[in-house]
Amino acid sequence: MHDVLVRTNEPPRLRLFQRLGELWQSREILANLASKELRVKYKSSALGVAWSMLNPLLYLVVFYVVFTYFIPARTPSFPVYLLSGLLPWTLFSTGMAGATTSIVGGANLVAKVAFPHEMLPLASIRAQLVNFFFQFLVLVAFLVIFGYPLIHRGVLLLPLALGVLLLFTAALGFAAAAWNVRYRDTGHLVELALLAWFWSTPIVYPTSFVSERLGETGFNLYLLNPMANIVMGFQRAIYGGVSDRTLAQLPAPGLTWYGLRLIALGLVSTALLYVTWRLFFRRSGDFAEEL
Amino acid sequence: MPQAAITVEGISKRFRLFHERPTSVKERLLRLRGSRAEDFWALRDVAFEVPEGNTWGLVGANGSGKTTLLKIIGGILRPTEGRVVTQGRIAALLELGAGFHPELTGRENVYLNASILGLSRHETDLYFDEIVAFAELEEFIDSQVKYYSSGMFVRLGFAVAVHVDPSILLIDEVLAVGDEAFQRKCLRRIREIQAEGRTIVFVTHAIQQVQAICDGAVMLDHGQIRAMGDVADVIKEYRLVMLRRHIGFARRDLTRAAEIAGVELLDGEGAVSSVVPPGGELTVQVDVRANRPVDDPVISMVIYDGDGQFVFRTGTAEMRLGRLEGKLRVGFEMSSLPLADGRYSLTVGIHDRSERVVHDWHDQRYVFDVAGGLMEETQIFIPVETRVERL
Ligand SMILES: Nc1ncnc2c1ncn2[C@@H]1O[C@H](COP(=O)(O)OP(=O)(O)O)[C@@H](O)[C@H]1O
Ligand SMILES: [Mg+2]
Repeated sequence: MHDVLVRTNEPPRLRLFQRLGELWQSREILANLASKELRVKYKSSALGVAWSMLNPLLYLVVFYVVFTYFIPARTPSFPVYLLSGLLPWTLFSTGMAGATTSIVGGANLVAKVAFPHEMLPLASIRAQLVNFFFQFLVLVAFLVIFGYPLIHRGVLLLPLALGVLLLFTAALGFAAAAWNVRYRDTGHLVELALLAWFWSTPIVYPTSFVSERLGETGFNLYLLNPMANIVMGFQRAIYGGVSDRTLAQLPAPGLTWYGLRLIALGLVSTALLYVTWRLFFRRSGDFAEEL
Repeated sequence: MPQAAITVEGISKRFRLFHERPTSVKERLLRLRGSRAEDFWALRDVAFEVPEGNTWGLVGANGSGKTTLLKIIGGILRPTEGRVVTQGRIAALLELGAGFHPELTGRENVYLNASILGLSRHETDLYFDEIVAFAELEEFIDSQVKYYSSGMFVRLGFAVAVHVDPSILLIDEVLAVGDEAFQRKCLRRIREIQAEGRTIVFVTHAIQQVQAICDGAVMLDHGQIRAMGDVADVIKEYRLVMLRRHIGFARRDLTRAAEIAGVELLDGEGAVSSVVPPGGELTVQVDVRANRPVDDPVISMVIYDGDGQFVFRTGTAEMRLGRLEGKLRVGFEMSSLPLADGRYSLTVGIHDRSERVVHDWHDQRYVFDVAGGLMEETQIFIPVETRVERL
């Protein structure tokens, strides 16, 4: 009836299902750590979580005004295009940044309390997921106000794209979090990488821009970028439903093209997550010592 | 024979102190040479068993490896050699309120801390009022923790921790903090936990606590077990070793990061004086100057008798001075000196907590006399009021 624990000098080895069970048992830590992160962030502001909504709101208004009245954009309904790519990107980049510093930032806990260390990077990602939902509400409100269609078949891609995005973020987040314990400037590298990555992802420019300039082979190479596929999934799900003109901006009209890419990427991300999680878990036995 | 709740088998722990290990990718790329590592064995071949339901004390000088051992038992650190087997849920209280966030309220921190220590939300709901009452923080529970005094912080940390309901409780030197009333309350609570049949291992410098509540004890000395088992035996050995320890100091190289700028001996009126009556008042006032910032220094004072025999030692270890910059004045006020007539000398030193690094050390440089007391030669002075009643 007692849980017997044996500890030796073996580095911990990830036993997937057992570990999943343990994480499930301590799932409340995840929620609490995530809500701590949000509370701390918004505590000293009167607006609270509304802050996170202000950002996309500002983008929407500014881009709407600029691209409707001053510089008519080549891309129709550009604000919607921008936000349907920018919101998942923001989830990815802030989730990555948070996860990277999570272990070092939680040094006080890691060095003093035994608890599943996975909770720290996962909580950072979860906190950003909450932000994402609030920001998403802004986008939905915008769609409603302008009478753009909300519910259409493309929306089916949303949960898939979001799921793959979370898997992918967690996979990279585990690696970066563990790496940052040894090399404390990992955060800067991640920041730089994210900047380059942002511009390699169709968020502020349409994919047609890339295919026109790079040709078919170039475009296929471009599509190897996992984030491009995830972002395109979101764009198909939201922006693609606005009108026929917006749909024509996207690389393919059908849902299958996106769905298959996302499923393939989901499998790859799962495999990657397994690898980085194992690495993280193995290294986690020494976190307390290295902090 | 009860089952062992904790079995520690041949545990050794090596810390690698990397001198030139790159701590950033940039350094790593710029330097091709490997890093030099120096091994430091914080624990060597430590083995003991704590039977289920027992309370064991863990004693030893600072730096002897007590915290490291608790961390290994609690699964926070990995042993380098050996193995630890534990039965049942473990809670390790290495630091009260570890993970408390200053921006959050007491209430929010209780829920967060409790979940990390392994309590479910539902359980925390059940214990919440009890936790708050124990910490005596009813009025402040919804204020941000950053407005708490350190005493309040520690009380809340302890209150959460003792409600976590573990079958094995590991307690580092956390009982040393807080005021006396709260310490007594904590000890009462520990007795309750004992009575519930849980296993406790706790670290303390307060020998009375070990005597009062422990079934057994372990003494560590430089990472090795020096004495183990019967409480009285371990305490005897501990006292002996603590007495002898000061001898090694003078031989160390001094860093001079902080220096003793001056030492004054003052009597009860605050006047400079080097003659004290037995039972009189004496303050040793030490002025310290940091030549560069020093982290967590400890200022110690040792008294020797005329034959150079060790008599007494005290210091600021418990006060946790933090980072020292600039000047500092420490007064060791001895309100009643129980010394017999004779000449005594004083050693004053500044060192770090582990006592491996000594910044400055004045060995038996100061002298005072105790005079005006008894005619006979005695070992100590005991203030006696002799009362005679004719019956
Ligand atoms: N992470 C670490 N890296 C290197 N040395 C360490 C580390 N943790 C503790 N030590 C060293 O191990 C020794 C034992 O420390 P500790 O277990 O904290 O002693 P105690 O609790 O008995 O005062 C000390 O000399 C300390 O400096
Ligand atoms: Mg310690």
